[in-house]
Amino acid sequence: MKLIIGNIPLFILLALALVVSSCDKDEDKDDFDTSGTYTIKDQMARPAIATVFVGASRKDEFNSTTPSTMSAAFKTDIVNKLTAFGYTTNALGQTKDQFAGLLATDVLNVKTSGVTTFFDGTNVLTGRKLDDDVIDTELLLIFGGAAGTSNPGLTKDNVNANDKAFLTTFPYLAQPW
Amino acid sequence: MKKKIMIGSFMAVTVLAGIIFAADHIDAPAVTGANSTSTGADITDIYAFQSPADNSKMVFVMNVQGLMSPAVTSAANFPNNVLYEINIDNTGDNVEDLVIQAMVQNGKLRVYGPVAPSSPGTSSTVRTNGTVTETAVTTYGTTTAIVGTNNGIKIFAGPRDDPFFFDLARFKEIIGGTQTGFRSAGVDTFAGTNVLSIVIEVPKALLGNATTVNVWGETKSK
Repeated sequence: MKLIIGNIPLFILLALALVVSSCDKDEDKDDFDTSGTYTIKDQMARPAIATVFVGASRKDEFNSTTPSTMSAAFKTDIVNKLTAFGYTTNALGQTKDQFAGLLATDVLNVKTSGVTTFFDGTNVLTGRKLDDDVIDTELLLIFGGAAGTSNPGLTKDNVNANDKAFLTTFPYLAQPW
Repeated sequence: MKKKIMIGSFMAVTVLAGIIFAADHIDAPAVTGANSTSTGADITDIYAFQSPADNSKMVFVMNVQGLMSPAVTSAANFPNNVLYEINIDNTGDNVEDLVIQAMVQNGKLRVYGPVAPSSPGTSSTVRTNGTVTETAVTTYGTTTAIVGTNNGIKIFAGPRDDPFFFDLARFKEIIGGTQTGFRSAGVDTFAGTNVLSIVIEVPKALLGNATTVNVWGETKSK
């Protein structure tokens, strides 16, 4: 059995391996500062909810309220905004109160099996994928009425896709401009 | 200052002037305001979807620092004092049961979790006991995305084209009362602009066994 690999004695290789592994340990320990307590700066889930429904004076509050308490804090504001928009119901058959309750709790509901989409014509609020036309969905639910046919000039913006094609492999988002 | 706006011909709504309607771009005054010390923490969008490449995986995307031109993008960085956190509720109470915590320091992305938070809510400590995945940040101009992997998890951080699309300019005219509806061929205000992206793909088995989870993104700083 040879103790030499190439022209390098094994004990030197072992010594190198020890140096390398100890470097890795130093990296893990020193490179990342994970100490301390981090406090909230921004928060979001569904697109455009804070922007459309929450007044400037409460945006920071909205962005730092934990979702479990958002409905109690913001539902009334959203009901009032829906009233101002002339809302009566939407294609999901939601009353103003029901729709406001859904919107106030700003989370993405994500199915753990099957299609994950904001809206694809069949599935509603089962996730958000990159090519979902989320703005049209929200405009339709806010302005479209029960049949989705009210206010036709306001229920779609006629921008229906991203300006770059998405990738079929990780990380899926297109390269920057 | 307040502006009166007309939507359609029947409703008048009063909103504060200067509102920018976007996904969530520039919508956190505490972060984007003149006195902010954490401008890198402005979330533009959150995505959560089944992996197009592997239906046993779930993909989470957090985009920050929106509306960047190519020139601005080349100089953009993830601040080292920001924690990018995906929150996952798998019991239906809108309280996070799992977090995925991402940090960028010294040109490297590190992702902890999915792991139970030390405590739910608006303050976090980094859960270093979770699965740790690490990779280099993909810098502007690098054509091949640098991807870190560990135990079925994939991670990426770097500049990307903003996947959000919307005729924001026309909407602002509608809000301003100079137009009554969208144009028949819309113009994407976000065309040609970039964001900084953190993309994390995890095996669904690491998210618990609920049929629906509730997901939201948070940036936190110290």
